Amino acid sequence: MISLSEIARISVTSLRANKLRTMLTILGITVGLFSIIVIMTIITMLQNSIESGFSSLNKNTFQIQKWENIRVGGPRRDRNRKDITLEDFEQFRGLLKQAKYVGAEQWQFGKVVRFGNKETNPNIQIAGATVDAMRTNNWNVDYGRDLREDDVQYSRNVCLLGNEIVVKLFGNINPIGQELNVDGHPLKVIGVIEQQPQLFGQSRDNYVVLPLSTFQSFYGRRSRSVNITVMSYSKEDYNDIIEASIGYMRTIRKVPPGEDNDFYVFSNESMITQVNDITSGIKIGAFVVSIIALLAAGVGIMNIMLVSVTERTKEIGIRKAVGAKKIDVLLQFLTEAVVLCIIGGTIGIVMGVGLGNLAGSLINAQPSIPYDWVAIGLSICVLVGLIFGTYPAYKAANLDPIEALRYE
Amino acid sequence: MNIITIENISKVYKVGDTEVHALRDVSLTINKNEYVAIMGPSGSGKSTLMNMLGCLDTPSNGRYEFKNKNVSAMTDNELAAIRNREIGFVFQTFNLLSRSNALHNVELPLIYSGISGAERKDRARKALVDVGLEERIHHKPNELSGGQRQRVAIARALVTNPSIILADEPTGNLDSKTGEEIMILFNQIHQTGNTIILVTHEEYIAKHADRIIRLKDGYVHSDEKVLDRYIPTIN
Ligand SMILES: Nc1ncnc2c1ncn2[C@@H]1O[C@H](COP(=O)(O)OP(=O)(O)OP(=O)(O)O)[C@@H](O)[C@H]1O
Ligand SMILES: [Mg+2]
Repeated sequence: MISLSEIARISVTSLRANKLRTMLTILGITVGLFSIIVIMTIITMLQNSIESGFSSLNKNTFQIQKWENIRVGGPRRDRNRKDITLEDFEQFRGLLKQAKYVGAEQWQFGKVVRFGNKETNPNIQIAGATVDAMRTNNWNVDYGRDLREDDVQYSRNVCLLGNEIVVKLFGNINPIGQELNVDGHPLKVIGVIEQQPQLFGQSRDNYVVLPLSTFQSFYGRRSRSVNITVMSYSKEDYNDIIEASIGYMRTIRKVPPGEDNDFYVFSNESMITQVNDITSGIKIGAFVVSIIALLAAGVGIMNIMLVSVTERTKEIGIRKAVGAKKIDVLLQFLTEAVVLCIIGGTIGIVMGVGLGNLAGSLINAQPSIPYDWVAIGLSICVLVGLIFGTYPAYKAANLDPIEALRYE
Repeated sequence: MNIITIENISKVYKVGDTEVHALRDVSLTINKNEYVAIMGPSGSGKSTLMNMLGCLDTPSNGRYEFKNKNVSAMTDNELAAIRNREIGFVFQTFNLLSRSNALHNVELPLIYSGISGAERKDRARKALVDVGLEERIHHKPNELSGGQRQRVAIARALVTNPSIILADEPTGNLDSKTGEEIMILFNQIHQTGNTIILVTHEEYIAKHADRIIRLKDGYVHSDEKVLDRYIPTIN
């Protein structure tokens, strides 16, 4: 048997000599690999962004809220959930002693903030927060002063601003002590919050924070459920605190044993789990489609290889006449099939990663390559080449030398 | 020392219901450094015999010994090894790889002997120089004349230093002048100690050999020394 490098060289030479046929043959493999890789690339980019986005956001933090942020399919059985009230929160805070911070927050979206004759676009988020919620959200004061317990206690008309609003409304003026207006309510600026890391490439500094009590006096006390935000002291007690919190919340909300929680615990993990739930369906779909495409491509490869063996009967005869053994011819044609598949697969992978990253860049996700799927994809290519190349190669290897030489 | 001994070789082809006896009871011995011409009318079994001797085909009956080894009992792989190491075959239709250049065509047998790249290239180049083709090393068959193609084929047959050169009508597709050039080459190969068996239809080509075997209907009709041997000269 001759060396594998020699066989690879022979195969590549012959594939080069038939460029057009080579390209047509690998098209199916390229499409198969492309479709799976493009989807896996996008999913990987999404996952990376979400993971890095949230982990850089609030370490050791989770939220308890009425509903999930994202829901996957199915009718809503929990339409009648009770709001999480301020009283629920106060009780909860009384029980959960082992956490570092236990805060509450509420949100209004799409608001306009006015200062003098200037105003923002209607895209400002208004947060009502307790002092602890400032910490769990990692809202640290850049300049001015922080929110204080007495601001919340006396429902003071004060606010802290995200950087974007300061830039937009104040320019060179020092915002501290100035009065601005939200939904007709005057608010005194007491502080400016440090810039937040971007998420999906979006700035997140277009928000105003008020004391939770002030927020409720503006937007109604009963209208919305509060989000409870909790930060543990360390990674180690994080999961224990989640467990304890679920217990306390069930007690407070009188959930009978054996029934599902009537609230949702939103943590980095739960977020990732949710994303995985959504993407796993897409992944399986893409995988099945690709496998079908690759099987079809494999049959195509077998067909073309059989044609190629017939076309090259004379070549096979010549090789055998000068001393090629069966195994040499077998490996030559098998290698050709595998090399074809690898070339086609590689093109598909490169195109898939490229297009995936292009699509991902539209949502500002970080570029990434799904290495695991690239490896799986290439292995499948080799497998397809081996499976569908074997029969043509076997046929070539068993040609009778004299018959093959006579072939016209 | 004899290289080839065949005893009562026969070859029968079945075409439909009829049997074609291409060879009947052929017995021969060929000695080292002999130069044998095989002649006979078309269909008399010359090519069948050559293919048999070249281990490309197997006889229906009879015994074939190559250098005292029983070829009839060999496996496909052993036959491939004999073709590779011991036999240099030159075909009437050249049988070159059309997409490969002269050098690669001559290298081909050495690839299957497992000889590594550099040595292989050296030996192939040298064989091409020996047949006078140093200028055409990188030409593909369709960029060569018939005579040049046949020289490439001869270089390919010689490159492994085989025990015997088998040539089935090597001048059959060439004009008489080019044919004569090829015969000069065979004469040189013979003079350096090689053994040659050559099939031809032409008396004057056969006269280059020192023995002529004539076949008729698959039998050996005659087997004689050439008395008036023609030694070609370069003019
Ligand atoms: N594969 C085959 N199947 C059937 N019959 C065959 C086959 N090969 C050769 N024959 C027959 O065997 C006989 C000998 O053929 P062979 O090719 O040996 O003749 P030849 O002497 O070389 O003729 P030519 O001078 O025309 O080349 C012929 O009658 C031919 O028809
Ligand atoms: Mg013939």
